[in-house]
Amino acid sequence: MKREDLLHTGAHKINNALGQVMLARRMGKKRIIAETGAGQHGVATATVCALFGLECVVYMGEEDMRRQELNVFRMRLLGAEVRGVNSGSATLKDAINEAMRDWVTNVRTTFYILGSALGSHPYPTMVRDFQRVISKEMKRQILEHEGRLPDVIVACVGGGSNAIGAFYEFLPEANVALIGVEAGGRGMALGEHAARFAPNGGGVPGVLQGTYSYVLQNDAGQVAATHSVSAGLDYASVGPEHAMLHDSGRATYTSATDDEALEATKVLSRTEGIIPALESAHAIAEAIKLAPKMGKDKIMIVNVSGRGDKDIGILTRELDLSGDVTRKVSA
Amino acid sequence: MAINFSKKPGLVIYFTAGDPDLETTREMALAAIDHGADVIELGVPFSDPLADGPVIQRASERAVAKGTRLADVLVICKEIRAARPEAGIILFSYLNPVMRFGMEAFAKAAKDAGADGVLLTDMIVEEAEEYLKLMHANGLAPVFLAAPTSPDARLKAIAENSQGFVYAISRVGITGTQTELASDAKGLVERIRKFTKLPIALGFGVSTPEHVRAVVEFADAAVVGSAIVALIEKTPAEEAPRAVGEFVRSLCGGVKTA
Repeated sequence: MKREDLLHTGAHKINNALGQVMLARRMGKKRIIAETGAGQHGVATATVCALFGLECVVYMGEEDMRRQELNVFRMRLLGAEVRGVNSGSATLKDAINEAMRDWVTNVRTTFYILGSALGSHPYPTMVRDFQRVISKEMKRQILEHEGRLPDVIVACVGGGSNAIGAFYEFLPEANVALIGVEAGGRGMALGEHAARFAPNGGGVPGVLQGTYSYVLQNDAGQVAATHSVSAGLDYASVGPEHAMLHDSGRATYTSATDDEALEATKVLSRTEGIIPALESAHAIAEAIKLAPKMGKDKIMIVNVSGRGDKDIGILTRELDLSGDVTRKVSA
Repeated sequence: MAINFSKKPGLVIYFTAGDPDLETTREMALAAIDHGADVIELGVPFSDPLADGPVIQRASERAVAKGTRLADVLVICKEIRAARPEAGIILFSYLNPVMRFGMEAFAKAAKDAGADGVLLTDMIVEEAEEYLKLMHANGLAPVFLAAPTSPDARLKAIAENSQGFVYAISRVGITGTQTELASDAKGLVERIRKFTKLPIALGFGVSTPEHVRAVVEFADAAVVGSAIVALIEKTPAEEAPRAVGEFVRSLCGGVKTA
């Protein structure tokens, strides 16, 4: 496991927020805006703004504010203003729309710290470059410990920043398989998932929020609603570099359902003592499916992009653990 | 040439097609033309109208919910063209519905529907090569948006690749009514003039007859969108064409002069 969950603020998002806030400072911008889905990017942005004394406004879908209440409180505690967005499905896509509207209105004073590898150029490349430290560290550490490169890397893909960061340094290494895991939600009907690359899932190339990539949409070109138990994967499009890797076949993309992610959360918590974010749990679910098919001498790295504390509210509702004792000490 | 601002004041009127319904959109467009609109912008509703403020967002949401499609907008375009052969008609859309329709099929269909031009909000001039070819091949005028923050090199590219008119955005930001015209506006129009002899229409926040009068002092036409859409929002459908006609007449100051 690559433990991005151990980073300050609890996810890989801080890598990018730190990089972009340096840029904002260099450009002399005093006001920072951001969007957030699960709240991890919002918390990371609120954190760097606190550190550098910058005004911070975070846009968040009201549905996401409800299900990631803890992160809303963390952002406010860090001194950020959280603005709820109730248009559309009131999730990440709608928060990005509202952040972009703020940005074009206040562009002279405001820097938009976009949290995923999407949006208009240069965001997809900039965010990837700030996240590629993930695969740099992976490569160095696995060579130190195992003396060779891994066979498989698995990462969850919402907008795709943790995955592109985990893949990037391995792109030239043809023997390293790269697997991105999208949100399979409640099933493959349009509106029930966020699996943009799934065959017959409704994802086709289009333009959303300044990016040409796969977009979940109906046959009139209207962007579809999405669903995932994890707010961070609940998005109708995907970073354009993933679209390129998908089309070239360099990376493969699969999905895990809500139920599989919830089960994976339980398994990782109980076998390793690590409570992963529900987003990261999608990658864990794929690892659980894949591992039994691999030889004992093979190496798989799973990117644990964030920690699961923020999800305790959802987990409390979704998992009934009463009377659920898995280990007993024999007398 | 149907895009013509020779009568003063030049006026472009925007509608979100399908709000409240397609038939009413058509009747409102005809009323607007009859009361002084030189060009009608027929907006294709989109689920994610990034460049629009709350008024047009709500209209777009209503029209999408009614199932309004690009193909439907092309139908009323053709009807408006048949009824008013001299009017200017621009099809206005975000890029995604057009891509889903197919850019080449769209260009042909737009020509067939009698449109004079096309404005795609999120089609940037830097990536417009294929789009421009298709516009030219079908005799359609591509209209690009120019913003106050665009540097001269970009304004030049926008001006040189636009036909019909150049759409100048009065301020940084999104569409929506405002009480005063932005101070950015005049300077932008002057900067664009250095690069083109095309008419320049100024939009975003142009909401009242006073605004229109002020705009045509330095621009060739004013674009009124959100104020029209807000009027439609609060007017029952059967009264909307008459209300729109009256409002357009008031925007023109009562009379157009040659």
